[in-house]
Amino acid sequence: MSAVSEQEAPSPAGPRKGLSPRRKQRISRGVQYALLVVVVVVLAALADWGAIRQSFLNLDVAREGLPDLFTVALRNTVIYTLSGFVLGFVLGLVLALMRLSTVAPYRWLSTIYIEIFRGLPMLLIFLMIGSLRLAFPNFDIPGGVYGNAALGLGLVSAAYMAENFRAGIQAVPKGQLEAARSLGMPHMRAMVSIIIPQAIRIVLPPLTNQLVSLLKDSSLVLILGVTAAQVELAKFGNDQSSTFANPTPILVTGLTYLLITIPLGYVARRLEARQGAGR
Amino acid sequence: MSTVEISDLHKSFGRLEVLKGIDFTVESGQVVCVIGPSGSGKSTLLRCVNLLEQPTSGKVIVDGVDLTDPDVDIDAARRRIGMVFQQFNLFPHLTVRRNVTIAQERVLKRRRDECDSVARENLEKVGLLEKLDAYPPQLSGGQQQRVAIARALAMNPSLMLFDEPTSALDPELVGDVLSVMRQLAEDGMTMLVVTHEMGFAREVADRVVFMDGGVIVEDGPPEQVIADPRHERTREFLRRVLHPGTDPGT
Repeated sequence: MSAVSEQEAPSPAGPRKGLSPRRKQRISRGVQYALLVVVVVVLAALADWGAIRQSFLNLDVAREGLPDLFTVALRNTVIYTLSGFVLGFVLGLVLALMRLSTVAPYRWLSTIYIEIFRGLPMLLIFLMIGSLRLAFPNFDIPGGVYGNAALGLGLVSAAYMAENFRAGIQAVPKGQLEAARSLGMPHMRAMVSIIIPQAIRIVLPPLTNQLVSLLKDSSLVLILGVTAAQVELAKFGNDQSSTFANPTPILVTGLTYLLITIPLGYVARRLEARQGAGR
Repeated sequence: MSTVEISDLHKSFGRLEVLKGIDFTVESGQVVCVIGPSGSGKSTLLRCVNLLEQPTSGKVIVDGVDLTDPDVDIDAARRRIGMVFQQFNLFPHLTVRRNVTIAQERVLKRRRDECDSVARENLEKVGLLEKLDAYPPQLSGGQQQRVAIARALAMNPSLMLFDEPTSALDPELVGDVLSVMRQLAEDGMTMLVVTHEMGFAREVADRVVFMDGGVIVEDGPPEQVIADPRHERTREFLRRVLHPGTDPGT
């Protein structure tokens, strides 16, 4: 756009042939609005409103899901998510410290781990966890489905969180470690008391986003084969919609996810903004 | 007994040799100021004294302990050596009180109430007792540097290292930090100070060391090194530092 105006207008103030850039922009914007209106009108005309109300906004069917939607499904989703997050947090921190270690084999191990678990789909991890019994016949992961879910979600999120923590630790100024060491703190003590608390503050926004994506990935727990009491949101919605042959419950579970993800996303953006202002 | 004894100290970063054989000593209770152009190796020398930089070769003996000996517990040795940095390096996520108590508690294993009274005593010494519960980013540069001095003193060091402690300060804040250091010198603390403050060096130092190009060019009492330097390089440096006026910020 600006390239055009430069070509056409050797004297910017004088009158010109054709349309000015500002006029062109106004016309282009008008066309875009018109197009949007047309698309909405066409979709509205094509849709069967009666059927939509019957199938997606069926309040009678939606009511059938209560209170289990919240007391069972949402509760389980939160449990799976938080337990996976806690495991991922701890393991991720250890991996980040290994990644930054002066001991080369630690660095290699951590790098290999991170590459593998960031490179695999969560679905595949859950399928493998389901077959873990074949490799370790005498070992059961404690907690049953809950333990398996925490493991799957934790193993994968640890890889992402390790990279976040590493970036956070490296963002803490070098003088902080020097000051701590010059006070006689051993390396590990300095990391725990001085460096890591500052690093966690720095990575709070990406960690919040990680929590959101874990919440969504917790829907894959259904691969593990869950009982009615262990069901989480996505499977709950799917089961209900089969029972009533009506997709309204899927829409309802979708809204329930958004009830958590949208505020969390807002929190992450607030933390980010606060950090930007604080530095 | 001499507190610091450095002999034939060399330090290289890759192929760049920054220290080319340093020999010098600091007696107990002495204040030694190290001056010299930037890049002369004076900060590196200071950082070798508490092994923040690992010397390439040579010996660093503090209070009779050879720090370059791999069998020496360097963390234990560093407890006795306070260090004050150009950029203060206070812990920004902790209150002033916690900045001064955390190492006492975690490293010296002092009881909480003892940590607290030591913190108060040292913050009073630097005139900042009322900032006990403030966070470092709420303080001015000069106040932060004084807290940093209190933090180092709380460990009861036998030696204090100062790495250009006033170079990052606005000119009107330099005086407060220097007067704390002057008081410390009067109280008999052994101090090794890298500085551009010629007035402070002349007034407080027992000895002034002039470094250039990784070697000590001149070492003697301030009235000799600053007022009547023997070497052309020292004279040249002092001309440039003293005559552009009072600006310390280079």
